[in-house]
Amino acid sequence: MVVAFGLWLAGNVRANSAKTNIPLSFDYLDQPATFPIAGSSFRPTQSVRDAIVVGLGNTVRVALAGIVLATVLGTLIGIARLSTNWLVSRAAKVYVELFRNVPVLVLVVFAYLAVFLRLPRLEDATTVSGLLVISVRAVAVPWARTDGRGWLVLGILVVAVAAAVAVARWRHRAFDRTGQPAFAGVAATVAFVAVVAAAFLATGGPVDVTAPHLDGRVLRGGIAMPPEYAALLCALALYTASHVAEIVRGSIQAVPKGQNEAATALALSSGQRMRQVVLPQAMRIAVPALANQYLNLTKNSSLAVAISYFELTKVTQVSIASRAPAVPSYLLLMVIYLALSLTISAITNQVNRRLALVER
Amino acid sequence: MTAVAWARSNLFRNRRDAVTTIVAGLIVGWVLYRTARFVVVTGRWEVVRTNLTLFLVGRYPNGDQWRVAVVAIGAGFVAGLVAGQVARRRLGAAIANGTPLPTVPFTDRVRDVVARYWPALTLLLLLLLLARTASPWLLAAATIAATVAGRLLGARTPRRVGWAIFALPAVLPLAVLPFLTDPLGWDRWGGMMLTLLLASVSMIACFPLGVLLALGRRSTLPALRAVSIGVIEFFRGIPLVVLVLMSDVALGFFFPRDLLPGKVVRVIVAFTIFTAAYVAEIVRGGLQSVPRGQTEAAQALGLSPVRITGLIVLPQALRNVIPALVGQFISLFKDTTLVFIIGFLDVLSVADNVTKQPEFRGQGLIAETLVFAALLFWVGSYTLSRESQRIERKLGVGTR
Repeated sequence: MVVAFGLWLAGNVRANSAKTNIPLSFDYLDQPATFPIAGSSFRPTQSVRDAIVVGLGNTVRVALAGIVLATVLGTLIGIARLSTNWLVSRAAKVYVELFRNVPVLVLVVFAYLAVFLRLPRLEDATTVSGLLVISVRAVAVPWARTDGRGWLVLGILVVAVAAAVAVARWRHRAFDRTGQPAFAGVAATVAFVAVVAAAFLATGGPVDVTAPHLDGRVLRGGIAMPPEYAALLCALALYTASHVAEIVRGSIQAVPKGQNEAATALALSSGQRMRQVVLPQAMRIAVPALANQYLNLTKNSSLAVAISYFELTKVTQVSIASRAPAVPSYLLLMVIYLALSLTISAITNQVNRRLALVER
Repeated sequence: MTAVAWARSNLFRNRRDAVTTIVAGLIVGWVLYRTARFVVVTGRWEVVRTNLTLFLVGRYPNGDQWRVAVVAIGAGFVAGLVAGQVARRRLGAAIANGTPLPTVPFTDRVRDVVARYWPALTLLLLLLLLARTASPWLLAAATIAATVAGRLLGARTPRRVGWAIFALPAVLPLAVLPFLTDPLGWDRWGGMMLTLLLASVSMIACFPLGVLLALGRRSTLPALRAVSIGVIEFFRGIPLVVLVLMSDVALGFFFPRDLLPGKVVRVIVAFTIFTAAYVAEIVRGGLQSVPRGQTEAAQALGLSPVRITGLIVLPQALRNVIPALVGQFISLFKDTTLVFIIGFLDVLSVADNVTKQPEFRGQGLIAETLVFAALLFWVGSYTLSRESQRIERKLGVGTR
């Protein structure tokens, strides 16, 4: 019956496409896009395929930044929620209840129309001690740039991480052998910094960190975020953080009380108790739920259609408006989102497995 | 405990705590000050006040708004009936257990209702104060009276016919639709009414579909299982926005021209299928939580597979996942704002449109209207989530 229904739908598509003269093939991907994409070097003469690639890049950019921001903010608020300080835990609770119960699209539109589009013009932009430039044209933050030797920087970072891991392993083994305090974290950080510093001195500093500043009416240095991107990122991060906070709180509370009491009995400080006993165990509980939130955030990035930030969905919508056929376009869009979702769940499943292995 | 002792143990436990309190206090105080200033001083709420009707019922014709009023009163009555019947059953169960419930004084009951529904009551009061005519006051009074009458009647309805009361909330929305759509047809609905229409119809429609998909996923027939898994994972993997856009633009390709339903029905189909996939996963979790012994015992009693599922497994499974289902319905309620993208006149779109009216244009009133729209959603969603936590506690899921 299901198969028959599917065939019926497919038959309808074919009949309708013949009737309206809209093709079903994917040939349109090689046609020129005929629309520009704001905030990129994309030209209307480039193909629809290139436009979709630019859109995919924008989706990934906002999703990754959003995941990082939401995790950091959400974890802080989740911990604050459990604070013994009444004011702190109350404020965290109000934050969570406020943002969790408002539609994320309302947040996106609010951030865009009522916050970022109301910022001062570039000429009289607010600058915060040379670190931030805030204006309606763009919000700029400091950023590191390589001088064309990106592979070199990557290589240095890989070597430094490898050195740090090796040092940490060595200290852990020393701790297992002698029982003396190992300071593994400190040693690994020193190793990392040492390697990076030595390499940079040797190669003459391939990375250039610049703070944004106004040069007359031109914004130089740092990285400039257009208001669409900044609004989408802020709204998604704030919204998802409220969900992450609840997950973190629930996971911390799910760690058996005895763990905390045992840590107290061992005379660990409250910071050590949190970092070394409670949080590692809470993380194990939190990972599957967090994975779900990361998926949601990635899918919610499609809300950009409401504020015209050119990520995947907006690019598809605009390309259909400029005469790409609807059915293949949406099929392609859905396949890309499915691939993104599967990638994220594959990564988080891997993390989950690694964490679960520790369990006895 | 005196205020000083309370502050000492909750705010100034030690030196670090005191510093935290002062820093947090400054931040919270600043945010509170800015919020209060916006609400009372700088916010220009005239635009909301003028367009209150538009926010609530869209462009529903003035002469037909009595229909909405009738439905509101009826909804209050039904809600009262359900509450009354629930109370009666709880009382009956307590007496049967030999543990009669303590009688609660009237003032405590009022306090309980206020504590549970203060956001909704505050919003109602706010709306009434913003209203310029007396009819909203009359409507509110009539609805409250109907709710109280329903509560009293529900508590006096015998258990035998009580099941019909529980069926009412599921059946009634479908029954009142023709009554409400009569003057306008649904493609021109708007405001909060459109949101409630989309959310409630999708909720009711997605539930059976979701249960079927969950059962299909656990079926022993490989083909059925494969199709169910395919449908569930496919619709969970793509954003709702894409489905909504598709319902607007591309769904026309999948149906013959004369069979193609209207815009609202198409978007309801999108919401229904999307939510059904999530409901299916929730119900599957519930099905897995029912011990195998239940099925085996039912088999030993000679029940047919259909009856085992319908009478033994599903009721226990659904009971375990009520909070998760309510959570899903809350997201559906919030997600109905997506119809803004395809040009429906929902609450969000009203908030955007009214700032472009001739007398309000170019004044930057979007913050005010969006805050009001957010408030409408916040109250609904917060109340629902609090109620779901209450059900969770009442059912004792996880503690039994």
